[in-house]
Amino acid sequence: MTEKSENMPAPLSSSALFQEQVKRTFRSNKLTGLGAVIFLLVLLAAVFAPLLSTHDPLIQNILDRLEGPSAQFWMGTDAYGRDIYSRLLYGARISLTIGGVAILSAMVIGTAIGIIAGYYGGKVDDVIMQFNDILLAFPTLILGLIVVAMLGPSMQNMIIAISLTSIPGFARIARAPTIVVRERDFIEACRALGYRDWRIMVFHILPNVTSEVLVMASLWLATAIRTEASLSFIGLGVKPPAATWGGMIREGFENILDNPWLSIFPGLAILLVVFSLNLLGDGLRDAIDPKTRVD
Amino acid sequence: MKDHHAHLYRPSTDYSHTDAIGRHVDYLCPGAYCAWRSGTDYLGDQASAAALDAMRERLGLNRPLLEQYFEFMGNALSGDWGESMVTGKSILGEVINVLPYTLELTFVSVIFGVVTGIPLGIWSALHRNQLIDYFVRLMTLIGLSFPAFVSAILLLIIFSINLGWLPVISSGGRDDFIGWFRDLALPALTLGTIMTAYIARVTRSSMLDVLSEDYIRTARAKGVPNKVIIWHHALRNALIPVVTMVGLFLGVLVGNSVLTEIVFNRPGLGKLIVGALGQRDYTMLQGLMVCYAFIIIFINILTDLTYGLIDPRVKYQ
Repeated sequence: MTEKSENMPAPLSSSALFQEQVKRTFRSNKLTGLGAVIFLLVLLAAVFAPLLSTHDPLIQNILDRLEGPSAQFWMGTDAYGRDIYSRLLYGARISLTIGGVAILSAMVIGTAIGIIAGYYGGKVDDVIMQFNDILLAFPTLILGLIVVAMLGPSMQNMIIAISLTSIPGFARIARAPTIVVRERDFIEACRALGYRDWRIMVFHILPNVTSEVLVMASLWLATAIRTEASLSFIGLGVKPPAATWGGMIREGFENILDNPWLSIFPGLAILLVVFSLNLLGDGLRDAIDPKTRVD
Repeated sequence: MKDHHAHLYRPSTDYSHTDAIGRHVDYLCPGAYCAWRSGTDYLGDQASAAALDAMRERLGLNRPLLEQYFEFMGNALSGDWGESMVTGKSILGEVINVLPYTLELTFVSVIFGVVTGIPLGIWSALHRNQLIDYFVRLMTLIGLSFPAFVSAILLLIIFSINLGWLPVISSGGRDDFIGWFRDLALPALTLGTIMTAYIARVTRSSMLDVLSEDYIRTARAKGVPNKVIIWHHALRNALIPVVTMVGLFLGVLVGNSVLTEIVFNRPGLGKLIVGALGQRDYTMLQGLMVCYAFIIIFINILTDLTYGLIDPRVKYQ
């Protein structure tokens, strides 16, 4: 093991270095900052939805159905006379909660699995990664579809399904640096000091993995929100009358010939959130990748 | 978390469940899987014990799980995928009926993505950090942020509804080439643009990697013309990672074809899977999963074989 460690590449980015790189990225790459700002605004809009909304998102008013955008209804009304703008705000809550909780739990579980597989190696690694690869082979949407179909459509089950589709990715991302760090001298020193495995993994390996994992989390949050919207569009999302972006598009799609804005506004909302997260994640990935660093 | 959103679940006189997809979803209540294991959910709450037993017997649910698994896989490999629980039709037959539609859509979309994405990526790489590069990077990032059903709906609104150039529903009508093309154009464009975005980004970064290699500098120092360097020396090496990624993105494409088929009301595996979900046709879903697994494996083999074509260093024994 000691022979190997001499050939190991230079130290990986520690968390301090990561922070420095992130700061530099925000300074040099304005688009990354733009992504962060857009996402923060959407987050605030979701949190303060009750204050920002102009109507109750669930109250139906059949006299005002299918109205175009106006001063009273900023983005028009749907087939039940509900205000689209207010429904969009409340829909953001569902999308962000499902995406956020799913990715957060997938990040914790996936990282743990990846570190364990990478740290122990051998049979443990083989079994875990084989299983991981099977899950990775399925398209996210198909896997999510099946899981929600089996469990039934609800907020909790959506979170489970989306989380399950993201775990293998995190495991893979966390495993790669673990294998490299495992061979370094300071881990050898920890072992010589008699530290237990969990202590080495949590306090000495985890900090070397976090930057990669966090960057991918921002990109996969985008995927998670897109998957949530797709499942809702198919009809497997949080049940109506709750406002979900995918569900709003599905309802709007039935009136697409006469009232295209019903699908356009929620569609643009999804696009905006996913795009802002991709912008943010993309910039951060460049920041930690020495090959593409902006000079 | 549920309490957090309790106000969103308040009961109301809402008629939105009357729409086509929602109707199925109401039947597909939580716990569907468990109910399926006992058979109650398919036969209804009033089913007699004898009917339930017969159902379990027919589906083989009273036997050990491993035995069920190996029997199913054995049958699947010998071409017997069982029958649909709902319609009683052969699952393999149903799949083979619609498979050409999905394959044709996927194939045309990939070709579109490769033909547009690779030149775009090269163009972007050759103008690194110039206006063109930023423009391409921004457009491709927007392109891959689009959920397939949103871009499908936007294309539908623009080309079918506002301009009236293409049909709103793209099924059937494949007697002549023009009819076939009109049916395929919008679904393929939807998936193709997503593919373009992915491929352009991979090509760009791969091209940049290769252009910074020593042998490119050597070629430059020898005075090899720029065109020859790019098209002859760099491109071939830059394409190796692109092939890997195209293979991976094909999986994404197969997933997104579900959404595209719904929006354009086009027959295919996606329509089949959503129909099966709605009717809780679990034997059909099981068959479709096997089908998707076969497709993914086939794509992976195809990807591996393509390496040999591009990279002479790869040898198969």
